[in-house]
Amino acid sequence: MEFSINHPILFVIVGVIIAVVLAQSVYFLVKSYRRAKAIGMDMSKVKKTIVSSSVFTVAPAVSIVITVLALSKSLGVALPWLRLSVVGSLSYETIAAENAASGMGTSLSELAVGTMTASQFVTIAVVMTVSILVGIWLVPVIGKRMSNGLVSFEKRDKKWMDTLQSAMFIGMISAFVGYVFCDVSRLWLAEDGVFTVTDTVKEYVGGELVEKTVTTAYSATSGLIPVFVMAVSAVGMVICGILMKKLNWKWLNDYALPICMILGMASAIPLTAWLG
Amino acid sequence: MKEKKTLSYMDSVHRDGTIWNMVVMTLLIMFPVVVGVIFQAVPDWAGVGKGLLATAPMYWAVGVIEVITFYPMLGAGGSYLSFVTGNISNLKLPCALNALESNEVKAQSEEGEIISTISIATSSIVTTLIIIFGVALIIPLTPLLENPVLDPAFAQLLPALFGALGVVFISKNWKIAIAPIVLMLILFVFVPALDSSMVGIMVPVGVVFTIVVSRLMYKKGMLG
Repeated sequence: MEFSINHPILFVIVGVIIAVVLAQSVYFLVKSYRRAKAIGMDMSKVKKTIVSSSVFTVAPAVSIVITVLALSKSLGVALPWLRLSVVGSLSYETIAAENAASGMGTSLSELAVGTMTASQFVTIAVVMTVSILVGIWLVPVIGKRMSNGLVSFEKRDKKWMDTLQSAMFIGMISAFVGYVFCDVSRLWLAEDGVFTVTDTVKEYVGGELVEKTVTTAYSATSGLIPVFVMAVSAVGMVICGILMKKLNWKWLNDYALPICMILGMASAIPLTAWLG
Repeated sequence: MKEKKTLSYMDSVHRDGTIWNMVVMTLLIMFPVVVGVIFQAVPDWAGVGKGLLATAPMYWAVGVIEVITFYPMLGAGGSYLSFVTGNISNLKLPCALNALESNEVKAQSEEGEIISTISIATSSIVTTLIIIFGVALIIPLTPLLENPVLDPAFAQLLPALFGALGVVFISKNWKIAIAPIVLMLILFVFVPALDSSMVGIMVPVGVVFTIVVSRLMYKKGMLG
């Protein structure tokens, strides 16, 4: 059978794997829903959780589709579809695929020309798969012990356990708050209002692998875009909180996060035109 | 029969999660094998070796740290699912946190475990379906998704997400939030090596630092 990165058989194989992953999600949804009913939880709240989680997921999921699109130029559609439906992320998949291509003495941009062989495809798929499997097997190995440890920890000191939980959430959020500011230094590092980033990329030119220097220029104020986007989204959340309290709009509680996220993302369009 | 009756809900979550994860892992490993058999191709073993050497050690280490860091926040069912479906810090965990917050339940309670699992399972289903929809319609959707007008919006998804989520959690836990936020701001602003690709590695650093600071404040009675 002649290989192509978009061969229909690849879609069939990937479709089967994704059907199993989908079945796992449905299984756990039904299992936890039934348990919620059995222990007498307020089912209207449970249903609201399902609706609000669905609404919240739309924008990030669309950004994952964009990632599939970006990777499809070099790897076809089937492999990125699999990789981003199971465990993956753009940064990881690109690095793993690029490392595998480089290990074979080629590069993703060269393979993007459409010359990938079945052997190269399989090599890339092996590297991408094996390097990311840790979480899938480690959770079954240590999950039960971690759950039991957390329960006995809570029995010993419930107040500290509550604080510990909040500390974990705050620790994660603080890393992302820091990340939002990571390009602010362009304000004082830029020369004549322009900040340049120089990268070295390997490319095949006329059958030979050559190193190319790529320079990207950003405006000095471009690092402020994510900061302002975060501020818009945060102010939106504060306003939602006020509306919930003052006007008793309890329904807003379930949709405030997706609404503010979309608001922040929309604000990025004029902000980028202004500061980018 | 007797054993089945005494199996607690949590025990059944671990049993079922283990079975599902092992099935998915086997299928994932089988993917390159099956493709190789169908197209009669063997991998370039030197390429596999070099590729793994350059990729695996770092991502295995990150994977171990992520499991230890995220498991207490995601709960058991949520962890089994999240570590299969991925996109944890940018989708599954914020989704679960928002659901826990809206329902005013703690992650370690049974209600929290259920709410977290329901939100992550729902999010996984919706994500998978949207990706299927996107792949099926990739040709007509490409001009829309690659529209340069929309580019900046999707580029700023994480700041938009963590602005809204952050204001809720930071306002409720402001005492323990000050030190980690100041630390992360200093590190990300003044250490050039910490660019946007490093945030995944900095999450465990932020979590460990916040736990240490919180413990000290708790011991000194500053969180009463």
